Amino acid sequence: MSLELELRNQGPDLDLCTTLPAGSITALLGPSGCGKTSILRAIAGLLHPVRATIRMHGEVWSDSDTRRFIPTRHRPIGFVPQQYGLFPHLTALGNVMMSLRQLPATQRPARAQAFLDQVHIGELADRYPRALSGGQRQRLALARAIAREPQLLLLDEPFSAVDRTTKRLLYVEIKRLHEQLGLTTVLVTHDLDEAAQLASHLCLIDRGRLLQAGPTREVLARPCCESAARLLDIPNIFEGRLASTGVPGSQFLEWGPHRLKVDERFTAVGPVRWGIQPGNVLMVRDDKPWGDHLENPVACRIVEHVELGADLLVWLTPDGLPEETLQMRLPARALQRHPLQPGQKMTVCLRRNDLLLFRGDAPHAGRRPD
Amino acid sequence: MDWQSFSLSLQLALVTLALLLPLSIPAAYWLATTRRGIKPWVEGLIALPLVLPPTVIGFYLLIVLGRQSWLGQTYEQLFGQPLVFSFSGLVLASIIFNIPFAVQPIQRAFEAIPLEVREAGQCCGLGFWQRFLRIDLPLSWPGMLSAAVITFAHTLGEFGVVLMVGGNIPGETKTVAISIYDRTQAFDLAGANAMSLLLLAISLTTIVVSYGMVGRMMNARRPV
Repeated sequence: MSLELELRNQGPDLDLCTTLPAGSITALLGPSGCGKTSILRAIAGLLHPVRATIRMHGEVWSDSDTRRFIPTRHRPIGFVPQQYGLFPHLTALGNVMMSLRQLPATQRPARAQAFLDQVHIGELADRYPRALSGGQRQRLALARAIAREPQLLLLDEPFSAVDRTTKRLLYVEIKRLHEQLGLTTVLVTHDLDEAAQLASHLCLIDRGRLLQAGPTREVLARPCCESAARLLDIPNIFEGRLASTGVPGSQFLEWGPHRLKVDERFTAVGPVRWGIQPGNVLMVRDDKPWGDHLENPVACRIVEHVELGADLLVWLTPDGLPEETLQMRLPARALQRHPLQPGQKMTVCLRRNDLLLFRGDAPHAGRRPD
Repeated sequence: MDWQSFSLSLQLALVTLALLLPLSIPAAYWLATTRRGIKPWVEGLIALPLVLPPTVIGFYLLIVLGRQSWLGQTYEQLFGQPLVFSFSGLVLASIIFNIPFAVQPIQRAFEAIPLEVREAGQCCGLGFWQRFLRIDLPLSWPGMLSAAVITFAHTLGEFGVVLMVGGNIPGETKTVAISIYDRTQAFDLAGANAMSLLLLAISLTTIVVSYGMVGRMMNARRPV
């Protein structure tokens, strides 16, 4: 029970093959113009890629090999477009009733009212979309989308036009609706925090290609390639060299004068790009004993630090690597306990399990396995 | 006051409107939604009456609809009277000359409907006709009203094409514009003035009222 996708197209460029789990919220995350919306439109049947195979719970919606194509209106989907696509000449009730045309006319108003109540805008049934606020319009679009009782809910950057407070309320609303209905949901977003908060499954998209897909926590913790790491806003990406003493399990990463122990699964040697999350750069306190749990110490010098809300961002220059800058993220309160000064020396610990080693890009992430 | 000419002009405007508007709606919809390469050519052809002098259009219509033409001869065999210098010929000429005035406002109205709104109709499960009748048509009413008013007012005052194709037959092809011309030629300036004023008043009132209505309708239908 899942949504299987294989899409290839030129203009807009699409090249991906993946399976999205049923009953969960999947986020398609990528920069603006990377093809996320095109993927959503292809799933809805609004875009006809050169090659497309789309199966929902085993039912074929599109198959360019057999020329099977279920028109949009026959697909059991609910779609919330970026600007909501509300019908301006109809009231909120009228908008929702448009999705209920399969019901007898006498039943539609009550049913539409029930969907408006479900998204907490029941009292606004007689209002026209232009008389609604951004958040209310979003709720109305959501009510209209779920009114068809779809198998698949498609949300195209639905929070882009609302303020921060409304956005948080809508996050709760989406989560609540998802728990109530258990709908397979695909959310398009360029907001990493939004994807992390809402989605249990994450697909990283870049220029129409699937870079990586998997459980959100896993993808966020271990991006598979440099492009994925950049998409996840990881600033610490460096050039290094994998080397070995010849003894099994003795691989290490050469980074300037520093030798960093790496995970044993990295066996090949040679140049490599690697990275580490700023939150995984650990400060070593001078007053604490140096134990086994502290590995890969790197001596650095503080360049500057900036307090951003609850976070303290510290930029460090590792010894022997004056051109490189390592970013470390600490809780802002750490500054009270450990005053930091530019130019001050500091040792940081880069644990082997936190090191992300990238070998080229991930061209195969979008290919069906042979 | 030449009421017969007025009556004829009103009849011509209403018949033209009744025949042209239903044809313009599908044409405008096709132009608003198609991506075919032929679109600019069709648009150019439709817009020709806007740039060509009415006498040029009238001349070609005279050739195409005349008694020597295949069309003119077929019509005469079927209906027993020539197409040119008749009310029917005038209607046909008026339809052709008014195509851009009818099609373009409706096309713009269809084009103004955001793609997201159209696609939302598909995602709601609506078929083509349901979408057309419940979304496209209601949202493009202001454009249709504009088209109707401009076509009506334009037909009411058309001179060049009418004169070329219809001539000046009282009760058959002599419209109010030709009557005004006749009066002026005969130095009956008072008569010409009275008819011109009435034509001006009718045209202005129609346009002002319709523009007011179109404005209100547009506001109510503006995409959110």
